[in-house]
Amino acid sequence: MSTAAYFIGLGAASAAALLGAVLPARRRLLAAAVLSAAACLAALVGAGDVLVSGHAFSVHTAQVLPLTGVDLSLDPLGALFVAATAVVGLAVSCYSVGYGVHATPSRIATATLPAFLATLLLVPAAASVATFMVAWELMALTSLLALLTDHRRRRETRDAAQWYAAMTHIGAAAILLGLVLLAAHAGGQSFAAIAAHRRQLSLPLTSVVFVLTLFGFASKAGAVPLHVWLPRAHPEAPSPVSALMSGAMVNLGVYGILRVGEDLLGGGEMWWWLVVAALGVVSAVFGALHAAASTDTKRLLAYSTVDNVGLVLIGVGAAGALAAGGQQALAGLVLLAALFHLVNHALFKGCLFLGAGALQHAAGTRDLDRLGGLARKMPATAIFFGAGALSISALPGLNGFASEWLLFEGLLQGFASRSAVTVAALLAGVATLAITGGLTATAFVKALGVGFLGQPRSEGAGAAREVGPSMLIGMGFLAGGCVVLGIVPGVVLPVIDRATTAGLVAGASRAIRPGLGLALASVHSEIDPGLLVGGLLVALVVAWGAVRLAPRSAELRSPRRAAAWGCGRDLQTARMEITATSFAEPLQRVFADVLRPDHDLEVTHTAESRYFPEAITFHQRVDDAVERVVYRPVMAAVAWWGHLARRVPNGSVHRYLAFGFATLVLVLVVLA
Amino acid sequence: MIGTLATLVATSPGLLARVGASALQVVAVCVGGPLLLGLMGKIRSRAEGRVGPPITQGLLDLRKLVRKEAIRAEHTSAVAALAPLVLVSSAALCAAITPLVTARPVIAGGADVFAVVYLLLMGSVALALGGLDAGTAFGGMGSSRAMTVGAISEPALLVAVLALAIQAHTSNLPGIVNASLSHPEWLASPQRLLALAALVVVVIAETGRIPVDNPSTHLELTMIHEAMILEYAGPDLALVTVGEAMRLGLLLGLVANLFFPWGIDASGGGLAMLVGLVALGAKTAAIAASVALVEVSTAKLRLFRVPELLAGGFVLAAVAVTTGLVAR
Repeated sequence: MSTAAYFIGLGAASAAALLGAVLPARRRLLAAAVLSAAACLAALVGAGDVLVSGHAFSVHTAQVLPLTGVDLSLDPLGALFVAATAVVGLAVSCYSVGYGVHATPSRIATATLPAFLATLLLVPAAASVATFMVAWELMALTSLLALLTDHRRRRETRDAAQWYAAMTHIGAAAILLGLVLLAAHAGGQSFAAIAAHRRQLSLPLTSVVFVLTLFGFASKAGAVPLHVWLPRAHPEAPSPVSALMSGAMVNLGVYGILRVGEDLLGGGEMWWWLVVAALGVVSAVFGALHAAASTDTKRLLAYSTVDNVGLVLIGVGAAGALAAGGQQALAGLVLLAALFHLVNHALFKGCLFLGAGALQHAAGTRDLDRLGGLARKMPATAIFFGAGALSISALPGLNGFASEWLLFEGLLQGFASRSAVTVAALLAGVATLAITGGLTATAFVKALGVGFLGQPRSEGAGAAREVGPSMLIGMGFLAGGCVVLGIVPGVVLPVIDRATTAGLVAGASRAIRPGLGLALASVHSEIDPGLLVGGLLVALVVAWGAVRLAPRSAELRSPRRAAAWGCGRDLQTARMEITATSFAEPLQRVFADVLRPDHDLEVTHTAESRYFPEAITFHQRVDDAVERVVYRPVMAAVAWWGHLARRVPNGSVHRYLAFGFATLVLVLVVLA
Repeated sequence: MIGTLATLVATSPGLLARVGASALQVVAVCVGGPLLLGLMGKIRSRAEGRVGPPITQGLLDLRKLVRKEAIRAEHTSAVAALAPLVLVSSAALCAAITPLVTARPVIAGGADVFAVVYLLLMGSVALALGGLDAGTAFGGMGSSRAMTVGAISEPALLVAVLALAIQAHTSNLPGIVNASLSHPEWLASPQRLLALAALVVVVIAETGRIPVDNPSTHLELTMIHEAMILEYAGPDLALVTVGEAMRLGLLLGLVANLFFPWGIDASGGGLAMLVGLVALGAKTAAIAASVALVEVSTAKLRLFRVPELLAGGFVLAAVAVTTGLVAR
């Protein structure tokens, strides 16, 4: 059943892409959306079957790709990523109907979204080097096309696409090099053959393969310092595409690390995983800081993705290191926590990106400094965005809390380890978890409070209307998932546990006691979010009742509205409100060494006296320090090299003929 | 959830007693928090040569506020109305699950370090959103500052308690308290002392005391907490005030029982619980008195020096964890 369902899913997504490209403008949006939703449902059924039964399926056809043929196989690890993609894809398909309703997207734009979805569903099922690289490149190309949707209108989109294309292809080249090297030495290009021969591979070779593929996969996952494309591409892509990129595509970077490191190479050395954990620590802190300082909604979300991928990588790295140190059960627990957080991130980040798209749709801008007061105009969007924002801030009763608790507990148990290096890494991981918690809460209080509360800061925000039902259903579906997984996290853990046990970490996760809440089997550590939420509701009702029933004269009972305190003046305008920039200012000042904000203050004086300013302008930018320090010099060097090389071909045919002759002579000399 | 509750009732015969104990803790924190604030005010006044308001002033203020007319700023949404309720109920839930009077609170499956820290964060987030809701200059500024301070103090809190959790091999708070009861020699261990120092810094920041924030100021450039709650009046203000007082009582009680667990009711039973209550009162009063004495002799830090203090707290906590790991 799983095979059929999965292939129906792939087929439906491809058909959606085809119909999106050929149907007339009135029909194509709805047809593509319905078919991609059906594709996601079918893929979800297929992947769910693999996850619940634990049986993988595999298919080989020699007809599709010349020379090698296509190998597809869905094991529980891949199925988890297919399922996460399918859930986000379902919401995105529904949302895309309303998103495109006002300005019907072009044929290519309508076709690329389902095509991108199809490749996202395909990558985790690829079971040979050739199939994997083809699927991976298709994913890169379709996502690039989807990103370019608005390129005619916005220059920034082209810029973002160039960054994304460069980063993704450098990454793909590294992965290709690594996997080809691996296939050449393992005597076969199918993943099964490689995994079977891994014991005959030398350690230096596997280390080189791991580092090469790690580079490629980390650039897809958006780990610092390879994250630079994320804060550019996510904001510029249409919101359904950014939701898929952030909720599904970056996950596949983590998938690649697990597939190559744990499955193909069998765990390898401890230092591999310490490198992964170190990437995670740097990404989490850097991403959280930038998210706290960003004022563009989608840029904030993109940096928050860097942060959350960092947390997942901390878990993956810690699990690998613990497994390499012989603590299999604990490694399984930590990996389970990391994968659970990855699933949760797909849910809440998908919801938040869709919400940001709704904001942009309704208010015409995604700049928080120009939003405000939207909770009254778009109550449903506010509730869904709020659910996502509070989930990502890990408030109890929502899914972010459940997975962060599990990760925290897993890392805590690891402190009993004998290896000092592992313990140091775990300590760094726990400290990072603590630091990013507070920063993330600040970032999302800013997004929620400045964006939705207070008064509108621009005409667009003042004229905003609630978005259509299909967009709300898309957001509400993911927000509902956040709440359900937050209250009864125990129900999905056995399913995710299949993915961790599937040959990755041998003898994993008997560390969890079954139940609706979360409980560790070995030690007395448990948490039941359902009970916490119940207790919270009881306390809420009691507090509300106590205030309502307080002895008070009858006319004072219902709240009266009065003007807010205007510092003694009877004038309170939106210009006096705090902006996102000023909200972030204290934190930005505290972390000025990392964020390196650029300030530019210009004071023009009146002609009469320089003691009286005529105009004061203030500009502030928070650029990415990694981009400035690492990428700019490299790009400058490449550009310099390009300029230098340009002097050689000057347009003279004689010179080119001379080059040709010289090369011929050189070749003859070498051959002789 | 009903199923979970049903199994809970079936499996634990002493459930009713534990619910009672947790309710007692909530009431103790609810009444004790304002009293502790009153005590600190009294000590400060006396040290400054004034008579000062009576210790029960906080409770009297609450009674006055709750009887007043409910006034909300115009243009506010449901968030402004919900924020004080969420603040109080999150603090109450924390009080119910933290070992304060008894080491056997009702929701055993939630009495976790991580849960308590993130429940406190929930209250802070609610209050910060409430501060932004009216769309005034003060509210937003207060929210921004409170979140900044919280973003740095919260990790220090988590890591400081982590030092104790590693020592006790569990992050379950009753577990930590029971372990320290059975290992009195731990109490003088270096990681405990370092963690205590870190926690004191955090408690001062989280409860808005000098040198981080001045609870009695209304000068716009310096205030943090008071700016955030400027728009609240009447019953809403009563909730915010009691919520903040509960957080103070809770944090002081947590510090008291984590580091000086003597007297806490570990066995169950009416008399033991009474002893636990009296011990909690005495311990928190002693800590509150010392905080008040320090407050009298300290000047408030400049806002942008506060993160340095908090970062110092975080480093202390990290050193405490490291010391604990090295000393194993």
